[in-house]
Amino acid sequence: MTDMNEIAPSNHARPRAAVLELEGITKRFPGVTANADVDLTLHEGEILCLLGENGAGKSTLMNVVFGLYRPDEGVVRVRGEAVSFGSSADAIRHGIGMVHQHFQLVPVMTVAENVVLGKEERRGPFLDIEAARRNVRRLSQKYGLDVDPDAVVGELSVGAQQRVELVKALYRDAEILILDEPTAVLTPQEVVEFFGVVRSLVDSGKSVIFITHKLREVLAVADTVVIMRSGRVVSSTVVEGATEQGLAREMVGRDVGFEIEKAPVSPGAAVLEVEDLHVADDRGHLTVAGFDLVVRAGEIVGIAGVEGNGQRELVEALAGMRTPQSGTVRICGTETTHSSPRDVENLGVGHVPEDRGKHGLVGVYSITDNLVLNRYHSRRFSRRWLMNRAVMRKHAQRLVAEFDIRTPSTEVDAATLSGGNQQKIVMARELSGDIRLLLVAQPTRGLDVGSIEFIHRQIVDRRDAGVAVLLVSAELDEVLTLSDRVGVLYRGTLAAVMDRGDADRDTVGLLMAGGATG
Amino acid sequence: MATVDLPGRPAPARNVPARASVRLQSLGLFFLLLGGSLVWISGHVPVEDVTLVFGLGDLAPRIPVDPPNAVLTIALLYFVAGGVALAHRWTGRYATVALVGAAVLAVPLILILSVALGNVTQTNLLPLLTEALRLSTPIALGALAGLWCERAGVVNIGIEGMMLASAGIGFTFYALVAGAAGGPWLIVAVLVSIGVGGLLGLLHAVLCVTYRTDQIISGVAINLLAIGITSFLRRQVLLPLGVGTGVTLSAIKIPFLSSLPVVGQTLFVGKPIFFTMFVVVLLSRVVLFRTTWGLRVRSVGEKPHAAETLGVNVVRIRYQSVVLGGLIAGLAGAWFTLETVGSFEDLMTNGTGFIALAALIFGKWRPWPAFGGALLFGFSAALGSRIQLLGVEVSGFPVPSQFLQALPYVVTVVVLAGAIGRAIPPAADGVPYEPSR
Repeated sequence: MTDMNEIAPSNHARPRAAVLELEGITKRFPGVTANADVDLTLHEGEILCLLGENGAGKSTLMNVVFGLYRPDEGVVRVRGEAVSFGSSADAIRHGIGMVHQHFQLVPVMTVAENVVLGKEERRGPFLDIEAARRNVRRLSQKYGLDVDPDAVVGELSVGAQQRVELVKALYRDAEILILDEPTAVLTPQEVVEFFGVVRSLVDSGKSVIFITHKLREVLAVADTVVIMRSGRVVSSTVVEGATEQGLAREMVGRDVGFEIEKAPVSPGAAVLEVEDLHVADDRGHLTVAGFDLVVRAGEIVGIAGVEGNGQRELVEALAGMRTPQSGTVRICGTETTHSSPRDVENLGVGHVPEDRGKHGLVGVYSITDNLVLNRYHSRRFSRRWLMNRAVMRKHAQRLVAEFDIRTPSTEVDAATLSGGNQQKIVMARELSGDIRLLLVAQPTRGLDVGSIEFIHRQIVDRRDAGVAVLLVSAELDEVLTLSDRVGVLYRGTLAAVMDRGDADRDTVGLLMAGGATG
Repeated sequence: MATVDLPGRPAPARNVPARASVRLQSLGLFFLLLGGSLVWISGHVPVEDVTLVFGLGDLAPRIPVDPPNAVLTIALLYFVAGGVALAHRWTGRYATVALVGAAVLAVPLILILSVALGNVTQTNLLPLLTEALRLSTPIALGALAGLWCERAGVVNIGIEGMMLASAGIGFTFYALVAGAAGGPWLIVAVLVSIGVGGLLGLLHAVLCVTYRTDQIISGVAINLLAIGITSFLRRQVLLPLGVGTGVTLSAIKIPFLSSLPVVGQTLFVGKPIFFTMFVVVLLSRVVLFRTTWGLRVRSVGEKPHAAETLGVNVVRIRYQSVVLGGLIAGLAGAWFTLETVGSFEDLMTNGTGFIALAALIFGKWRPWPAFGGALLFGFSAALGSRIQLLGVEVSGFPVPSQFLQALPYVVTVVVLAGAIGRAIPPAADGVPYEPSR
């Protein structure tokens, strides 16, 4: 694995002018103040990391800078000139470009069309698509952003789509680039590559605001770091000398434990037994091919691996959502190879799926409804066909308190909450009740430090209470932090299973990349 | 054999999703069975030769056809198409081509069978074709009206109402100012029709874009509004005026082309809105895919927020597109009263606006394919009336013309569902747009 810290921060020697200044920016939405009196200064050729938890107001602030929101108070200055943006077109005209967290690309159009949209060159009455292609090629060569102008955007990988977004901003002569959580969707290798691109942009005179909540990344690329918490700037310093611990404390507002306390492992009886499992993906290709594993009560088995090595199909097959081609799955001695999700659930299995928006929650249902999705039919919540809403609501109120779900009420739609709180709903539903096996896939994807800590604690508590836990995660750190045993999934089979004590980053990293077992 | 497919590894050469494979194979089976039953039918059709004539005059080609052999030939071709589809793993995209070809063959098949079983021995194909084109005019225009709205992300099921209102109001104007007696007022009336369509488009845009009303409800409201207004006008204005059947737009001849032998008099002589339709299809195609405005319209219909971040004014583009759609629907309305019938009846558009939407979906929101869809519906209508004239009988029992009329639809639906696959609308179609604040 490549270490992100290898990329040296740029030197601070040359004197730099302020290109963007924010003074006293306040932005209110009905019921919330998203930004309160925010000051920020970005200098030429600087990488400024805007760090903060989800909901700290980072994206809102940047949407103000990009002209998508109008601030209620405060001044934005670009190169010393006070500006007031009516729309993003104004911001673009002032040399500001933004790569949004959720890409703003039209999937059915080509790269060239996406890049020129809104600033097209014409030939007579027609769109000059040839010029667009030329421009994409020129920019992609100049900045080392490999994109094919004729590719259809929807068919590109996430990393390539991000390059398209950068080309789009550069095509509009952006001098100030705002990157909103650009690494959230990238693999570790792509992140390293991406940091190289950011460096080369800064070297050619651009200034970058980099929004993130990953501390490692701040230390790896930033010159300056501005930390936001609950809509306010709580700290603004150069990054030299900063530590992960210190940044985390500023960001969360208290000390954060990176290590997690666990009772010594004492595995009990086998709870999950998987033998020679073969599972096909949606296109009919076998992505799990000959998977064997036993998970015992009271232990966490972590499965590391680069995404796309069969993780999704494996977990779905175990949870009863996908029928395996062959092999057997036994849970607490009962064969569940061809069981339905409800049968699996009834054996005492909690399942936290990797895509919470798609399989974990119904976004337009209330928190109360989401919390009983797996048990609404039980004696406790229903009598025949009538649901007992009062009991459900009480149940929801208890879990909201227990799992620290931050919400105005239990009756709001789940989709209105932040990612961390949505994941807490899923955890609350799947972890409450009498479970013996917990299947957890990518439990902290896209979450902030505070939520990650909480969710990790919950998983470990279940394990300490004697639940067997199978954790599948693309975050190697997460697997190493939580697991008692570590397995590496490579091309659909377990490349190795080892005790946590034998698993160091290098060994596991090598196995993830397909290296031979020792 | 177990293979593991991973990102980074080259994908298999031809990656047909499992469901598409099942579709293609069942279609292949369908055509094999159809071919089999045609072999049986070929032994039971009358052996008397029939003649298919194409065009007018002595130069017109006359094709004598021997029904049993013709049916047998088509059966054979169906066997080939079915085989190609079944073996799609090896034949690749030729499977789809073969299936579309097989679907097209249904037309000569039905014609030959109808003539062979009917009470005449020859039939002229050219008028059938021109009638099909003529009847597809309002469908194609309606489909383009829908195309412009939906490409910009606004569903418009009010096309029927836009057509009806512009047909009615345009004709009422014509009757009031010129007694429906022709002259330059007729042209003005067409412009009034177009304007009425544009106004209703504007109403739809105000409701859907500015007030973010449910787009289906707005469309239904426009349909009901049109029915109300036009029947009121007919009863209160047109009937008291006592205007009979008025003068309609006169036919124009395309210079040179109309004097071609055989086909000139039928294909290149027609009425103005009919010819305008082709221009509108062509222009729609060019504007949508070759101009900057078209690019913006498409982006707004697919992902308005992406367009917004690039400084495209989503609201303005949606207004422009929906009003443009309304103008085209207005032209389609004028076709009914001012080009074709010369009078106005209640509900005279008779569902054309909805058929137009079907044609739009058939054409997957693209101008020429949507025109193709309109042509299919137009052809079906023309074929229906032709078959009625032929008086088809099977062993003494008259076959209801609707039965044969339905066949092209059946075949098309089967092929569409099977070979071409799902029609995917613009991603933001029907989704109200909320600008950032």
